[in-house]
Amino acid sequence: MSAVIEVSGVAKQFKIHHERHQTLKERILHPRSGSTELFDALVDINFTVGEGETVGIVGHNGSGKSTLLKCICGVLKPSSGQIRLRGSLAALLELGAGFQPELSGRDNVYLYGSMLGLSRRMVERVFDDIVDFSELAHFIDTPVKFYSSGMYVRLAFAVAVNVAPEILVVDEVLAVGDERFQAKCLDRIRLFQREGRTILLVTHQADTVRAVCDRAIVLDHGIQVADDTVGEALRIFRQRLLGDVPARGAISSTIQITGVTTPSGSFDMRRGDNLTFEIDVTSDHAVSANLVTEVFTRTGLLVSRSDAQAAPVEIRPGENRIQVEWRSVPLLDGVYEVNLGLVEASGGTVLAWRERAAAVQVLYDGRATGVVEIESSVTA
Amino acid sequence: MDAAASPPERSASTAPRIVSARTPLGPRLRNLLERRELLWGLIVSDIRIKYKGSALGLIWSMLSPALTLATYYLVFSVFLKNGIPGFVVYLFAGLVVWTMFQTAVSTSTGVIVDRAGLVKKVSFPREILALSNVGASIFYFVIQFAVLVAFVLLIGHPVTWSWAWLLLIAFVSLALFAAALGIAMSAITVYLRDVRHLMDVLLQLWFWVSPVVYSYSNSLAPSLHRHGLTALYFVNPITPIILTFQRVIYGAPIVTSTTSGLPLHVLPSWSLSTFATMNAVILAVAIVAFLVALVIFGRLEGNFESEL
Repeated sequence: MSAVIEVSGVAKQFKIHHERHQTLKERILHPRSGSTELFDALVDINFTVGEGETVGIVGHNGSGKSTLLKCICGVLKPSSGQIRLRGSLAALLELGAGFQPELSGRDNVYLYGSMLGLSRRMVERVFDDIVDFSELAHFIDTPVKFYSSGMYVRLAFAVAVNVAPEILVVDEVLAVGDERFQAKCLDRIRLFQREGRTILLVTHQADTVRAVCDRAIVLDHGIQVADDTVGEALRIFRQRLLGDVPARGAISSTIQITGVTTPSGSFDMRRGDNLTFEIDVTSDHAVSANLVTEVFTRTGLLVSRSDAQAAPVEIRPGENRIQVEWRSVPLLDGVYEVNLGLVEASGGTVLAWRERAAAVQVLYDGRATGVVEIESSVTA
Repeated sequence: MDAAASPPERSASTAPRIVSARTPLGPRLRNLLERRELLWGLIVSDIRIKYKGSALGLIWSMLSPALTLATYYLVFSVFLKNGIPGFVVYLFAGLVVWTMFQTAVSTSTGVIVDRAGLVKKVSFPREILALSNVGASIFYFVIQFAVLVAFVLLIGHPVTWSWAWLLLIAFVSLALFAAALGIAMSAITVYLRDVRHLMDVLLQLWFWVSPVVYSYSNSLAPSLHRHGLTALYFVNPITPIILTFQRVIYGAPIVTSTTSGLPLHVLPSWSLSTFATMNAVILAVAIVAFLVALVIFGRLEGNFESEL
């Protein structure tokens, strides 16, 4: 597998102007006033992305993930280090940024295409697909200033995905459009994966990463803290989020999920059985918390997330044991991963999190396939 | 759905692209060349947007210089009576050059700031934005120049046709100078926003130190020579370009004054080889200026995103 994106030793510093003197007069009058401070947005980032890989970049707000993405796209220049790219790249940073409001949708498709590095002939060849995908056939000769924001984004996305880039860079744009259009976009990303294109996805939504990516890179305050499998990277990502809590919140997070066991000693079960979890929690203060349970399939599909808001548990200082019982589990044959977390009942701060706290193996000998069985009766 | 199923069509460009703090001049020029289609697209859309919705459309690109021409003609030929015969032709020849330079520089100075949304989101060689404005002004220049040629043919003005090839060199130098200044100023404006207003004033001044509405040889040359300032006057690279256009289009360097009936020294009576040498030097300087502007731009563009 050859490397398509090689990021080596990339760092980016921003100057923070505490008092901005942007006009000539101010600069002359105050040559030295207004201190500037250097801020490290990215520190020594190194990774490679192979051909056909889908890699997620995760991090909370201000972690530098968008800065990194902009460097990769060439919108920003790194202060040091370099990025090597092989193949054409299309970036979905802010959709429709290149549109000229006065021009028609048709003209903008050509202009935007050429910004992405395509010749007029190449755009001509895929023009009909672009219009089909955007579902804007009726408005294609209308100036885009009359478009709604949804139409705008649809057209831009349609251009970007139909120009067949070898590397597609996506920055949380999946959050736009209605649900049906989002599903269409995800479909297109899956198609890209099947075609062996390389995708770089930036998000703070763990679900998207789990659903789409092969691997993930975690950034925290501009530092690369993980480059690992999705599960491991997300575990580190959540830990980092927790690590931030004492700095921000009043409560110091000394609550930990120390162990997860089951009375029967095994997480193996049959479909329809009950399963009891015993969760050991240590704490140094009393707090009322909700237990969050996430269940994933091995492929990263979210089966269920619940936060038991109706039944907060009271955590006492010292050792605690929380019991959870799953009744007549409808899951079908397979291994399911369970993430457990404690969230403060008032306010919702994450107090403790344990990624992959347990792996539940469900045995099922019926004929149904899939994830869950729906109880049904058939009548004529 | 299957239109996208042909990924390797562009993988012909196997050389990896490198994003780093500085891009050397060679790759910069290559990038510009590779993205000429984008440049073309931006020029066309610039022109289309400018006249969109106006009833006269492209005619404005001829009408407004025509009105400027009429104004100067009235002032210098009717009221102040400078005595130059066929002054309209003289004026027109200089004005097309100046209009092109001024339009290119003033429109490209603010272009990065104006199109911040694009610069912050889409990756392409940013010089292209300034170049697209230069390109649009070249387009207007071509129209105006065509009108000028049609005009001199119509009134049967004696043009020095055998020297016409000089115009090509002069024009390339003009375009390169305009591009150089436009590119450098567009980057500097990001950091110092008043450069834009300064540039407007500077261009006014620049206009009057260039021999557009007056004759260099008739009114300035003797006194400049007396004070030894001739070299200083020619520091302005636009002057030799304008002189070349005037010499070719207006033709005769010495004419008979319409007011006094005495011979009038309108243009320098240099030989063809002097003009050719001058233009060659100017072209060389223009190329250097263009490259220097690209280097300046490259040094400044790294922080555009955070300054905009």
